[in-house]
Amino acid sequence: MLITEAEIIKQKEILPGFHRLTLSAGEIAKCARPGQFLHVRCEDTLDPLLRRPVSIHAVDREKGEISLFYRTVGRGTALLAEQEKGDKLNLLGPLGSGFTIPESGRVSVVAGGIGIAPLYFFLQELSGLKIYADVFLGASTKKQLFFTGEVKALGHIVFPATDDGTTGYHGTVVDLFEQNLTDRVYGCGPAGMLKRLCRIIKNHKIFGEVSLEERMGCGVGACLSCACKTVSGGDNYRYRRVCVDGPVFPAGEVVWE
Amino acid sequence: MTSQNDVMINGTKTELAVNIGGIQMKNPVTTASGTFGFGPEYAPYIDLSLLGALVVKGITLQPRMGNPTPRLVETTAGILNSIGLQNPGVEGFIENLLPGLAGYDLPVIVNIAGDTVQDYGKLAARLDRVNGVAGLEVNISCPNVKKGGMQFGSDPAMAADVTLAVKSCTDKPVIVKLSPNVTSIVAVAEKVAQAGADALSMINTLLGMAIDVRSRRPVLGNVMGGLSGPAVKPVAVRAVWQVYREVKLPIIGMGGIITAQDAIEFILAGAAAVAIGTANFVNPRATMDVLEGIKRYMIENGVQNINELVGAAHR
Repeated sequence: MLITEAEIIKQKEILPGFHRLTLSAGEIAKCARPGQFLHVRCEDTLDPLLRRPVSIHAVDREKGEISLFYRTVGRGTALLAEQEKGDKLNLLGPLGSGFTIPESGRVSVVAGGIGIAPLYFFLQELSGLKIYADVFLGASTKKQLFFTGEVKALGHIVFPATDDGTTGYHGTVVDLFEQNLTDRVYGCGPAGMLKRLCRIIKNHKIFGEVSLEERMGCGVGACLSCACKTVSGGDNYRYRRVCVDGPVFPAGEVVWE
Repeated sequence: MTSQNDVMINGTKTELAVNIGGIQMKNPVTTASGTFGFGPEYAPYIDLSLLGALVVKGITLQPRMGNPTPRLVETTAGILNSIGLQNPGVEGFIENLLPGLAGYDLPVIVNIAGDTVQDYGKLAARLDRVNGVAGLEVNISCPNVKKGGMQFGSDPAMAADVTLAVKSCTDKPVIVKLSPNVTSIVAVAEKVAQAGADALSMINTLLGMAIDVRSRRPVLGNVMGGLSGPAVKPVAVRAVWQVYREVKLPIIGMGGIITAQDAIEFILAGAAAVAIGTANFVNPRATMDVLEGIKRYMIENGVQNINELVGAAHR
């Protein structure tokens, strides 16, 4: 389960630079929890060398399939984007902590851009539990608002927000959420967005979890590269590991610079 | 002596055991400090007992928080890191982490780092009394800390002072880890050997840096970091080759080993054992794959004892 050679079933570029990759990986599909990630060997090269952490985007347990949704940002993800149906990918995982699944009540999900990647799997899980969330999807412009239809199809309510006002609320997804607060919120997106979301969670004393990103080495908690500054009593702080202590952290724990 | 790692060729045994300055290893494959955590992180992927030895993350007297982020950046065929010796301190290690290794059948080597010569002595004295510690690796070559670290490793006289301090405080085998960021690694190795080191490990990372051309700022939070991975391998093989010729101490060779072929290169240059570092990040089973590959090489080349290969490229 921990190291898998998984066959690619489908790879599709949804928008230039944004890819959805579906893999046959029954064992991972069976045990993965929303919020976890896979450490992906994009190509069998010494350059680039490292794996790339990619969150699990969707799971189909019946078919034994998992999907990844990622953006090409460098050489590793560019190589990943070149992989085709039938190719095999070496995967480490599932790794990391997941989102805390609520038992009931009103739940919000706040996703900025590619931040929908791990949250879609979470929304699949909620839907299975008959918990329907308010989903705040933010993007710079309308066409980068991903998976609106799919999220609605799961039974959730979508609140879109765009920076340019091409659809939905004209402004940030975090501002839109603040106007429609719930007791629990789960967020993923760019650092600036999460920082503001964490402030709102703190100010309104609500439950919140955020999924973080950091440059990662081993993925198993050994190298201490993917450190995240967290509170540790009073004004003290300590570094925790995004790969095993996260990537999902309680909003109140994260120290933002 | 024989071990479960011996393999049979035509009815004769192939011997993999090596002795590193008094530390008996059942095979020559160990881990590079800092790349393997404290061991259990990799237990889901390999049977730790099959390693020749385990070298844990660097330990200091007091707990250390480590450097600001980003701490890692990938460069051409390698990585730069600036972790900054984040660790729970020697007491935290002894209390919370060492007991977790008691169930494994392998020598545990503790990497120690200090700000002053006295720190190294205190660490050695503290660990000298601890069961389950097979030996010490003295880190005089960390490029990522402000005080101590690489300073000790770049001055032969200071390197000797640290070695003496450690040796005078422990009866356990002492391995000194050398820095490549020096004018002459042989000069440092000779002084360290005279000061009583039992073995050498080399190389630590090469000091390097990377700049983000978009932000026009250094990528690493700590500006500079240590380069490791395949990019550094030729430098490391050269260092082992040079030191093997001049200093009669066993060497643990490391620096960019990915495959068994890489490891054998180090052994032929003069390393009696090899440490796998960055490769663990790419392949958590890298140590085992390298070990299997060494066995295969020995069988294919009719090598009965691994020690026959050590330094063979010089002969």
